[in-house]
Amino acid sequence: MISNYIIFYILLWLAVFLSGTWAVDRGNFKTCDQSAFCKRQRALKPGQSPYRALLETLELTNTKLTLQLINDNNKVRLLLELYRLQGNMTRVKINELKPLKPRFEVPDVLINDPPTEPLSLLSQDENGVVLSLGADSQWLIVSAKPFRLDIMEGREVLLSLNSRGLLAFEHLRIRKDTAEWVLNVVCPGWLFSPTGPSSISLDFSLPGVEHVYGIPEHADSLKLKTTDGGDPYRLFNLDVFQYELFNPMALYGAIPVMLSHSAQRTMGIFWLNAAETWVDISSNTAGKTVFGQMLDYVQGSSETPQTDVRWISESGIIDVFIMLGPTPTDVFSQYASLTGTQAFPPLSALAYHQCRWNYNDQEDVAAVDQGFDEHDIPYDFIWLDIEHTDGKRYFTWDPHKFPQPKDMLQGLMDKRRKMVTIVDPHIKVDSSYKIHNEIRSKGFYVKNKDGGDYEGWCWPGNSGYPDFTNPEMRAWWASMFAYDQYAGSMENMYTWNDMNEPSVFNGPEVTMHKDALHGNWENRDLHNLYGLYVQMATAEGLIERSGGVERPFVLTRAFFAGSQRYGAVWTGDNTAEWEHLKISIPMCLSLGLVGVSFCGADVGGFFKSPSTELLVRWYQTGAYQPFFRAHAHLDTPRREPWLFGPENTALIREAVRQRYALLPYWYQLFYHAHHSGQPVMRPLWVEYPQDTATFSMDDQFLLGRDLLVHPVTEEGGRGVTAYLPGKGEVWFDVHTFQKHNGAQNLYIPVTISSIPVFQRGGSIIPRKARVRRSSSCMEHDPYTLFVALSPKRFAQGELYIDDGHTFNFDKQKQFIHRRLSFANKALSSRNLAPGSQFITPSWIEKIVILGASKPSKATLKTPDGKENLLEFEFDASMSVLTLRKPGVNAGVDWTVVLQ
Amino acid sequence: MSCALLLLLTSLALAMGTGAAVEIQRPRGVPQSKRQFYEENKPFTCLDGSSTIPFDRVNDDYCDCRDGSDEPGTAACPNGSFHCSNAGFRPAFIPSSRINDGICDCCDTTDEYNSGATCQNTCREMGRKERESLQIMAEITKEGFLLKQQLIHEAKRGQEDKQVRSGGKVEALRTVKETAEDPEKGAKERHLKSWEEQKELIRMEKDKTRMAEAFLELDDDSDGYVSVAELQSHLELDPDSDGSLTETETQVRCLLFLPLKSREDFYHTSKLQGCKLVPPTVQTPEKRGDDELSMPPYDTETQSLIDGAYSHLNLEKEIGFDFGPSAEFAYLYSQCYELSTSEYIYRLCPFNRVSQKPKFGGSETNLGLWGQWAGPEDNLYSMMKYDHGQGCWQGPNRSTTVKLTCGKETVVTSTSEPSRCEYLMEFTTPAVCQEPASLDEVLHGHTEL
Repeated sequence: MISNYIIFYILLWLAVFLSGTWAVDRGNFKTCDQSAFCKRQRALKPGQSPYRALLETLELTNTKLTLQLINDNNKVRLLLELYRLQGNMTRVKINELKPLKPRFEVPDVLINDPPTEPLSLLSQDENGVVLSLGADSQWLIVSAKPFRLDIMEGREVLLSLNSRGLLAFEHLRIRKDTAEWVLNVVCPGWLFSPTGPSSISLDFSLPGVEHVYGIPEHADSLKLKTTDGGDPYRLFNLDVFQYELFNPMALYGAIPVMLSHSAQRTMGIFWLNAAETWVDISSNTAGKTVFGQMLDYVQGSSETPQTDVRWISESGIIDVFIMLGPTPTDVFSQYASLTGTQAFPPLSALAYHQCRWNYNDQEDVAAVDQGFDEHDIPYDFIWLDIEHTDGKRYFTWDPHKFPQPKDMLQGLMDKRRKMVTIVDPHIKVDSSYKIHNEIRSKGFYVKNKDGGDYEGWCWPGNSGYPDFTNPEMRAWWASMFAYDQYAGSMENMYTWNDMNEPSVFNGPEVTMHKDALHGNWENRDLHNLYGLYVQMATAEGLIERSGGVERPFVLTRAFFAGSQRYGAVWTGDNTAEWEHLKISIPMCLSLGLVGVSFCGADVGGFFKSPSTELLVRWYQTGAYQPFFRAHAHLDTPRREPWLFGPENTALIREAVRQRYALLPYWYQLFYHAHHSGQPVMRPLWVEYPQDTATFSMDDQFLLGRDLLVHPVTEEGGRGVTAYLPGKGEVWFDVHTFQKHNGAQNLYIPVTISSIPVFQRGGSIIPRKARVRRSSSCMEHDPYTLFVALSPKRFAQGELYIDDGHTFNFDKQKQFIHRRLSFANKALSSRNLAPGSQFITPSWIEKIVILGASKPSKATLKTPDGKENLLEFEFDASMSVLTLRKPGVNAGVDWTVVLQ
Repeated sequence: MSCALLLLLTSLALAMGTGAAVEIQRPRGVPQSKRQFYEENKPFTCLDGSSTIPFDRVNDDYCDCRDGSDEPGTAACPNGSFHCSNAGFRPAFIPSSRINDGICDCCDTTDEYNSGATCQNTCREMGRKERESLQIMAEITKEGFLLKQQLIHEAKRGQEDKQVRSGGKVEALRTVKETAEDPEKGAKERHLKSWEEQKELIRMEKDKTRMAEAFLELDDDSDGYVSVAELQSHLELDPDSDGSLTETETQVRCLLFLPLKSREDFYHTSKLQGCKLVPPTVQTPEKRGDDELSMPPYDTETQSLIDGAYSHLNLEKEIGFDFGPSAEFAYLYSQCYELSTSEYIYRLCPFNRVSQKPKFGGSETNLGLWGQWAGPEDNLYSMMKYDHGQGCWQGPNRSTTVKLTCGKETVVTSTSEPSRCEYLMEFTTPAVCQEPASLDEVLHGHTEL
């Protein structure tokens, strides 16, 4: 008899097939050798490039230089376009001069057509041309034979292109009756393009550079490793089941941006290509760069360390933005000017999120909500995973488990809390499902190569995949989030886009077939863009449903360059292991460097069950990472924070409370990330670019400039060694107020309650000490200012306040932005945004000055001319001065003078 | 501004607008019992004695005391608590952080005096409901307790019967058993340990066997190939229980049999003809009759020790259970109680097992075998734990916690699965009813009128 247990064993087998031995099945995912174009391209070795610049074709206009290149082997011509972009960037575009059909150029990633600056021709002869890049005595040298580009500053080469001769451009051709064609028929799943191979490659040499970063998403160290002898770093959005750590395999998202850094300069390379991409990195400390004849007069030092990078993409064109820095801040601004900045999230999205696959039903949601109150732990969002839907039909509710979603949402709203529901981009093929019927009838599905709707397997079974690259489709999708379309939704309900690589269980490498069609383009051309479009359309939907008033909050798993504009990203399906806790730091740091500040890892680990110690440490770490959400797999035991005994509940409560108290600072950092593209969570080298000791650090990080966090990520950890940077600087332990000197490795003994965090001397950090059950409940609460004095008794900080959830800060300039500074024994608050207006009931509750001396009196002066004496306490052992209740409104000018 | 919050003395009677008795004035948020520490116009000493402050700093919206005692009525202290009198209902303490947070926590509305939240005083209504439900509870407890006495009586009689049947030798038996048990125990443990080691191996082998069996069962015509028709003829595989297997569903089932690599091929090569499958190979599939793995027989020496100890097995088994301090739970033994939900029938057989059977076909799943009483120390008999049920994919063996509450009837009232494969069952029985306090006591113990 067939019985239940057989189904159970079938599932067991499925699990084994999917998981192997509880780790990624590498056999499911291609190596470079198994990826035909990567193998072909990688087989090309450095040497003389077959490409030659045809200088007679050179044209220089106000905005750009164009020049034809010819491949002397096959006589195919390419067109090179060079742009000098405003803000110290150079753009290099190379396409076929006359492609058989247009090659794909990535749309919707750049926020505008980047404004150019004129290039001027300095000299020209038969060997090449020298162009001035405007300021800073920067030049661009175009060598003709072989073709190469060198960007120089003074006598220094900053970066060379094609210096190793690896420019390769597979031109489109009419498919011949070749083996490949046969393969096409025999192996329809591994389709080759109808116009033959179309891959592209280019090499970059970075003299003087030993450290490169970025190109997420990989579960690897912050500093990228050389790839000699192994696989290149791969950029191809994939749903990887139980990913392994410390390897270059592709993960859920791809941002083709690499930063190079040395004590002298920071630069960036943005390779704007959305096809499958591989990046090789080699470091040449021994070999000498071969400079062209034009550079002979340069005294290139053979001792200079150098990093060589090579990008390989399957299709599209070469479109590279070279961001010349020179500082890390400059590179962030440059990249932001191209792809935009981090979306400014609603303040509550920066608070704590409670998620699980799955909260079973409305009663479960209510019980968990109640549990947080009973244990006095704040939270802002509770999340519902796929099981909340009616048979994995997104935009619907399971009629038995969630019969009254609005009652549930109202219940949360009454507590000033919110919810996120999941909406994935695979749509159940089911003629009784409205969403499916509409997409099908409008022709909005991705098509297979024969023109029918592409179908694949995902959670609901057979599914269609809406073509998010189509703006009409996106507009329609956005309209589905309207309150009258998404039944049961309310304004305190936000959205999570998972599986948007897209994940196709029965597709090659668990994703979409490369020959699936998005309009006229193959998935091959734009694969890495799909996830970005899903989040874009969803965020647009949340904006529209509020009439453009409310800021959206959308979490995505897949992403591309520009995704930062639409919300948050998490590091996908991690595992409840210590190494996964550790890797969350470099993974989010890498994302921050390339624009995505709103990053987090599943607290506790998604797969498997964490030990209590690991769970506590993960809360402590997550409390200091931008996106702070606990999540767990369906098959793991429950792990709400109060299930591990009162002591652990207290530890988790304390970690979450520290997060809530610091929300004003987090919010301010996100305002800056939104405003200027500076990352929220930063590697130390970003703020200490000359301190080589920091270049490879990824077990500690900075939040903004002013907080240094070295979470405990070792099992049974008894102490951590934190590096406090900055010669002549000081750092204050935020818990004990103990002062430590900069430029030292500091051993800190820790207990299970320790979260080592330090505030930089010279900074002022606002906190809200009255932690309540959600961030909304704290909206009007007063501020406590923590003023950490530098050795020169100086400090500076900011205070940013707005309504926390609308676009009024932007559209109507309704915000408060103040400069707080301490100098000459006076602390003052001055308006940084005179054009803005906002009224807050919040006031200054307390001022804590670290590293202070005891004054004889403290006087508060307000604009109305009033002077009040403030009471204070002075702790001589720690040199901490606490000013009691200044009581002044947080939005006005004031000064406290110490005498 | 902060000064606006400086509302020192307030009358609860005023806030409630009721005709309650004379309310002694005290600072906001202070319970009557601590009134004497807050003497107006005298310096206030923090309740932990850590410092003394002028009285105008009590409830001035700034935290001066480490223990939070100077701000009983504001949210200023992170560790403070606020007392609501809740006249008409039960008084309560809430964390200070809930004062003026826009959410009504106290039914008398006193926690939201400056947040703009519009709270209704619901104390009387809540008090009424509480009294009603307490009354009902009291009645249930009363009747339940009577029933319990009966159960105890019956249990006693039953025990005597058995003692008569076994020649009044239970006590003698126990002694025999205990003396026999010592050597028996050691031998048994050794045997068990080696069994545990073997079990893992056997289980792995068995998984394979079952897979093969599954395949063979699906492959009705034994051609090493499972066709759509074959799959569709097995309705137990129907995931949405709509009584038929669609082609889609069949495809999903097919997938489950295929290793990932073959799944890919499968999709590229077929428009679903069926699953062409290589049945998993097993080494001489050994047909095992039952669900549970059974331990191999003890060696003769162990067995004889056991036999000696368990010669009066049935009786011993029953006596061996802990049926409560007065054997009030004995009546549950060898009974079963069912609860039918939309999908399943749950079955609780106390002191034996918990199981779940799909309503529309399919076999029963073991949700746990009797383990032990699992209530808190002071109320051990309020919870039962059943464990070592059927294993879960990548998870623990299924287990069930049964929560017992006092009721006139013996019924399973609800089941849930709060965590994967960990079930929670609620069960009412007179056997847990406590001797009722008088109704007046109950009501007065819970209100401050």
